Amino acid sequence: MALTNEHIINKLQEKFGEEVSGFSDHYDMLTFVAPKELNLKVLNFLFDDDELRFRFLTDLCAVHFPDQKEKELAVVYHLHNLEDNVRIRFKIFTNINMPTVYTATGLFSSANWMERETYDFYGINFVGHPNLKRILNVEEMDYFPMLKQYPLEDQTRIDKDDEMFGRGGMIGFGTDKTTHRTVIESEKNNIGEDIV
Amino acid sequence: MSEQHIKLPEGSIEKTTTTLNLGPTHPATHGVMQNILELDGERIVSTEQTIGYIHRAFEKIAERRPLYQITPLTDRLNYCSSPINNMGWHLTCEKLLNVNTPKRVDYLRVIIMELARISDHLICNSIVGVDSGAYTGFLYVMQYRELIYEIYEEVCGSRLTTNIGRIGGFERNFNDIAFQKLQKFLDEYPRVLREFENLFTRNRIFMDRTMGVGAISADRAMNYGFTGPNLRAAGVDYDVRVHSPYSSYEDFEFDVPVGTTGDCYDRFLVRNQEMWQSLRIIEQAFKKVQEFKGTEAEIYHADVPEYYLPEKEDVYTKMEALIWHFKIIMGEIDMPRGEVYKSVEGGNGEVGFYLISDGGRTPYRLHFRRPCFIYYQAFEELTKGSMLSDAIIVMSSLNLIAGEMDG
Amino acid sequence: MSRPVSYNIKQKPLVKDISVADMPEGHQGEGFFATSLNNVIGLARKNSIWPLPFATSCCGIEFMATMGSHYDLARFGSERVGFSPRQCDLLMVMGTVAKKMGPVVKQVYLQMAEPRWVIAVGACASSGGIFDTYSVLQGIDQVVPVDVYVPGCPPRPEAIIDGVMRIQDLVGKESLRRRNGDRYKALLESYGIQ
Repeated sequence: MALTNEHIINKLQEKFGEEVSGFSDHYDMLTFVAPKELNLKVLNFLFDDDELRFRFLTDLCAVHFPDQKEKELAVVYHLHNLEDNVRIRFKIFTNINMPTVYTATGLFSSANWMERETYDFYGINFVGHPNLKRILNVEEMDYFPMLKQYPLEDQTRIDKDDEMFGRGGMIGFGTDKTTHRTVIESEKNNIGEDIV
Repeated sequence: MSEQHIKLPEGSIEKTTTTLNLGPTHPATHGVMQNILELDGERIVSTEQTIGYIHRAFEKIAERRPLYQITPLTDRLNYCSSPINNMGWHLTCEKLLNVNTPKRVDYLRVIIMELARISDHLICNSIVGVDSGAYTGFLYVMQYRELIYEIYEEVCGSRLTTNIGRIGGFERNFNDIAFQKLQKFLDEYPRVLREFENLFTRNRIFMDRTMGVGAISADRAMNYGFTGPNLRAAGVDYDVRVHSPYSSYEDFEFDVPVGTTGDCYDRFLVRNQEMWQSLRIIEQAFKKVQEFKGTEAEIYHADVPEYYLPEKEDVYTKMEALIWHFKIIMGEIDMPRGEVYKSVEGGNGEVGFYLISDGGRTPYRLHFRRPCFIYYQAFEELTKGSMLSDAIIVMSSLNLIAGEMDG
Repeated sequence: MSRPVSYNIKQKPLVKDISVADMPEGHQGEGFFATSLNNVIGLARKNSIWPLPFATSCCGIEFMATMGSHYDLARFGSERVGFSPRQCDLLMVMGTVAKKMGPVVKQVYLQMAEPRWVIAVGACASSGGIFDTYSVLQGIDQVVPVDVYVPGCPPRPEAIIDGVMRIQDLVGKESLRRRNGDRYKALLESYGIQ
């Protein structure tokens, strides 16, 4: 029988009960959330089950939601069932003060560098990873650059004129007051789990 | 002469390995990546890769720019076939914004994407030739890449980092010269490709250099996240154009070449065959485009007023066009909320774009799934136990592009 | 409206088609030609520059097109591109240089023997380009002294050839004592190079 999203939801709920939640189906891709302690169990279940067979890890990345307390960092796994051509997205949330997540390298060898990149950008500590060190940035860097509080530009450069590039300075045009974010304050709280 | 052999006591010679730094600047010119090899004589014992020498923080830059300003960033990912990345990004935006493009736009996009694929595979295959000592193939084939560049120039004005197309279609209609040049390409290129194949495919030296080198099985390849020609050479026929067709690929008839052992020779052959199939697709698309007549032949974009700049005559005469022009240029268009993942078949495999939008003007998070980054991890497994010169051939046959790896 | 495609339809008379380089100023007579050593060495050096293509990203692909037969850099004397800094005169840095790569550029520059020239090809090598980020070096002139900058993203092969021709002008007119002089030493000191 065809592997429909409802069937996947039923199987997940049958195995994990209330632990998996946040099911949504926007743009035809099933998305769900599970607690971070169960991430390996869910991945193993999706891998081993004979009907589900999600045996290809397409992508692994992280997202930072500074406004959701206790759940600031999300790790997003995109899995793909190549035989039935079904994709699924699986998220786990973790606290930014204790960002430990079990590594998926035992199951998928491709997760090795993807987790290193996630550690490099967000500081998530993958427990059990064979070689967790910075991969893209300089080794001596002491902060995690993709977190929202850090700026894009290099703060130590002295040759470029901040005002002319719209980054504050004395005159002030092009500062945060006029950049592109216009999210209404009340909506900011709902950004994490249910994006639509 | 004394025939005495000097006998050294047992255990007095320690076998140590040499560390060789195949450093960020190496003549194999694939971009900047570093490999620290442990060699036992000429055999490779282990390797360690260091990348990040061209990390340009695309994902952080993208959080600052509205959607149409991110297209030039996607150019610089796989810069040998930048139109494919551009089209992939436009398809992602169109998925988020729920836009349907007309058929003519889809067919023109297919022509441009397949030209880019030919361009990418030409570089990869000719560089495999250069690394095994045959410089001629590279020079002959560069001439035809120049013709492909001329076709891009007619459409978008630029040769390499094209920023081609817009959200919803193209910036201008393809003019007659572009079609003339495309016809010239279709007429002349098959002969050149056949000559290139004759030079390499049954060449004794080339076969000895590449057969059995860097082989990988289908299971390990899928576990390592391989996609694209490298995975198809290992035996798995996964092609995003067939699995989840985009831009009307389902209207075209083409085969997906699949190899058996996944070694360098198979990768070379798969890329060659893909170039033939791309030629086939371009011919079909060209014929289909020429069937549109009259006003239908003037359609080159969908109707997306929020993201597609209106024509200049309308801006100066109509009110709505003026307002849209102002809003687009000043960047005051809000995106719908949502998260979307879209992937296209790039020169190296599945190029994916994961876009999270929170309703603001710029993406909240944009992540690029870069195939080179993912399959370079397998390099150690591919070269364990082989010779030093094989490591070079494996590196070039994997088609590693540094811009895509670091991003 | 559209112009017809045409290739080389104007026939140029052959006489004007061949250009011969000018002789340096000097005094000549029967069987001899006297000029200053500067001129002769400059003429010899500028027509046989051996470049080191330090190609990092997209500009490297345009360099490959420049070395190809369509735009042919070899006619300017750069037939032999070398990858060993000890044997090359011209360091062509093409593409974005990240902060991780900066020390590598400097090391390659230090290994080159005098006289050496540097050309920064592309916007990223000249000034950081479109990448004003924490990880990109904003121009290689932060680490090595640069002689010629070629703007463009990527510059067309004609622009790269123009840059090489400017280098040729510099090479041809350079004084033989420049590399030992105080100004040059001060320049290297400012980069921390002994």
